[in-house]
Amino acid sequence: MENHLNPFIHISCSYPKRHQVNQCSYFWVNSKAKTGVPLCLLGFGAVRLRTDMNRLLSLLFHQGVLDEQFLQLQQLQDETSPNFVSEVVTIYFHESEKQLRNLRNLLLDREMWDYVKLIIHLNQLMGSSSSIGAKRVRNICAAFRGAVEQNNRSACMRALEVLEHEYCYLKNKLHELFQIEQQRVLGDAVRYPGVLHP
Amino acid sequence: MSAMFSRRWRSQPETTTTTTTDVHVLAVDDSLVDRKVIERLLKITSCKVTAVESGWRACQYLGLDQEDKTSPEFVNGLKVDLIITDYCMPGMTGYELLKKIKGSANFREVPVVIMSSENVVARIDRCLEEGAEDFIVKPVKLSDVKRLKDYMFGETRGTIPSADKNNKEEKGSFNKRKLQEMSDNSPPLSLSSSPPLSLSSSPSTSQSPPTSSPSTSPSPPNLSPSTSPSTVSPSNSPSPPTESPTTSSSPQSPSSSESPSSTPPTSPPFSPSQLESPTMRLKVTNYDQA
Repeated sequence: MENHLNPFIHISCSYPKRHQVNQCSYFWVNSKAKTGVPLCLLGFGAVRLRTDMNRLLSLLFHQGVLDEQFLQLQQLQDETSPNFVSEVVTIYFHESEKQLRNLRNLLLDREMWDYVKLIIHLNQLMGSSSSIGAKRVRNICAAFRGAVEQNNRSACMRALEVLEHEYCYLKNKLHELFQIEQQRVLGDAVRYPGVLHP
Repeated sequence: MSAMFSRRWRSQPETTTTTTTDVHVLAVDDSLVDRKVIERLLKITSCKVTAVESGWRACQYLGLDQEDKTSPEFVNGLKVDLIITDYCMPGMTGYELLKKIKGSANFREVPVVIMSSENVVARIDRCLEEGAEDFIVKPVKLSDVKRLKDYMFGETRGTIPSADKNNKEEKGSFNKRKLQEMSDNSPPLSLSSSPPLSLSSSPSTSQSPPTSSPSTSPSPPNLSPSTSPSTVSPSNSPSPPTESPTTSSSPQSPSSSESPSSTPPTSPPFSPSQLESPTMRLKVTNYDQA
């Protein structure tokens, strides 16, 4: 169907074809197919932005940072809700940072750890991470929870550090993704004023 | 786009039990992220949504917190077609909310669906025994919501399948069988499309059952629209707009005569008996990956 768009991706990306066709092609189709404008006329900047976005997404999938649920969120975004993904992810960031602070505060207590509260916060963080497709963060929460259940304090401390690190990585990458998306959308708006665009 | 969805959906014949066409769903979840997602999922399938943050608020909304609030005006003014609730919530759990709803005179007929991130058989059984219509493992996907809507409100608009006790038991045992089958599968990514459950979840299996195997490949099957003509709904845009509403709202119903013309005229894999039994998408996730 949209195979005529794919050759451009093959030139620019060096990722396994399966990832490209399944993930990259989605983003190509999502915006350009509707206008029916051949790629060669789009301008190199726009194409490079999309390539960057696809490459970043491919990387994140490859690394297991994101999973298919993130794509599901993308699918829920359309003209009626054009910023859905960034809205949900922004809420996720707020909520997660609260939970991470809670976790850190609970672990700061030198004597007694409130294991019940730890588990509650972990479950909440795990749930929201899974809902947006943040696979690695979610998995680390699961490991952290295991450490709590085993009363393994040092494992808990380690898990918290890994969790914070992973969360930061995820946040940075998603910000990067949204920035590229913003630039692309702006660029398209300038280039094709008045053309309906998701 | 949502207008196109609801237009297609309305082409189903309406029963006389209700005159409104929109399905009103009460969604209950303590997580704001999940509320946002479920709200969007429901809206995109043309449902009206009221999202609340706790079981207690849900009871308030339904008037269950006040024993004497059973006036017909209140009940008739409040039309709730489906209640979908998270299981793990502080205060009142989804299970407790389920019991309250099933114990109420006004709302016991309303189907209740439980969502949970934990795939615990005992929990699932308990909920089904208490009268839950279905149990969805989180994260909730568009295919889950569509399946739910189709089998609950697809061809029997306004009537509720759970009125039939036998039906429920059959569903319950069907689910148990699926549980056993599913626990043997452990796909690398949590996919909804293992062959027995491939009724409506994965687009690449929807019209051609023999090709259910491609859908078990690790990369998201939803995104290969070129493989099957009917896979347009999740990807949302590759094909001309006319195709997407068709596949999103009605192709999964057994009496579907609206299957996209480009698909082979196979007898639909979803025979009515299959569709009546709620299929549960179960995931086996690897906790030891971290």
